[in-house]
Amino acid sequence: MTATYEPISTQTLGTATATVTFSSIPATYTDLVLVFNGSVTSGNPSIIGRFNSDTGTNYSYTRMFGNGSTAGSARGTSSTSLGLSTAAGATTTFETTLICHVFNYANSTTNKTCIARNNVASTGVEMSVSLWRNTSAITSFSVIADGSTFAIGSTFTLYGIKAE
Amino acid sequence: MPTTHKLIQTVNVTAGAGQASIEFGSIPQTYTDLLLLTSVRSTSTGLGLIIQYNGVTTGYTSRYLEGSGASASSGTLSINQAGNSVSSAYTASVFANNALYIPNYTGSTFKSSSCDATTENNATTSYLDFYANLWSNTAAITSIALTVSVGNFAQYSSASLYGIKNS
Repeated sequence: MTATYEPISTQTLGTATATVTFSSIPATYTDLVLVFNGSVTSGNPSIIGRFNSDTGTNYSYTRMFGNGSTAGSARGTSSTSLGLSTAAGATTTFETTLICHVFNYANSTTNKTCIARNNVASTGVEMSVSLWRNTSAITSFSVIADGSTFAIGSTFTLYGIKAE
Repeated sequence: MPTTHKLIQTVNVTAGAGQASIEFGSIPQTYTDLLLLTSVRSTSTGLGLIIQYNGVTTGYTSRYLEGSGASASSGTLSINQAGNSVSSAYTASVFANNALYIPNYTGSTFKSSSCDATTENNATTSYLDFYANLWSNTAAITSIALTVSVGNFAQYSSASLYGIKNS
């Protein structure tokens, strides 16, 4: 964290929503941090993400997880999204806290990496790394409750970090 | 620290005999999230750093993922951990280092938190832990109390609480 850790935008849901998008992300930072706190309305869906609305098979991810009894690791390749989490909490307890770090998002020469920490006390804890095989600068970041919707009152905040 | 990570308070354990708890009272309600960074060691065999809010002793659950250097495991707890501690038997002058993130601490929903914890040392098995905590209470968090699972905080343990604004 540097002295330039600044909030870019916050969204607090007034209606249940499947996809939350931060668009027109300024290119003036070095890294991004997304913080989600809330719940989903049904099931324990995966939380996935996409950069610049890309739905191609341009993502891969590796994750490690613990569900309270076993620990494991898994991997996905040629995926159509970032693998941010395999389970969000589906109650009104707002027990899901997801923190994503996106590195060097504004450059146009390297593929983009995202490290995510997801926490749901009733189902498990996860850490994942996702790769987007695209050298474009990231200008939008969508967070999606796959097959469900984020509950009213859920909050999403995007922070920008400068390396200088 | 940045404008969105403003130091609220640091507590340093200065007594040679250590102290039983570290407390943050009257936490300002003007931030969105809290970040607690700790560096702690037990005077005894304690390996856990336990957190309680507002003086309430009930409603805490957690799941964790742990790596020991040899294997990975997962389990559940009926407490919330703000991190790990190291035992007095561990390598001298080594402290466990931990980061706990608490979003929406002033809200009216249950309070979840994300914790990354370490006990790296050279004398014995060290642990890397990730905790998913939940305090099933809708009250705003106004105070925090930290204890180690066994023993007291050793001298030179420290804890810093930061406030984060999302706008």
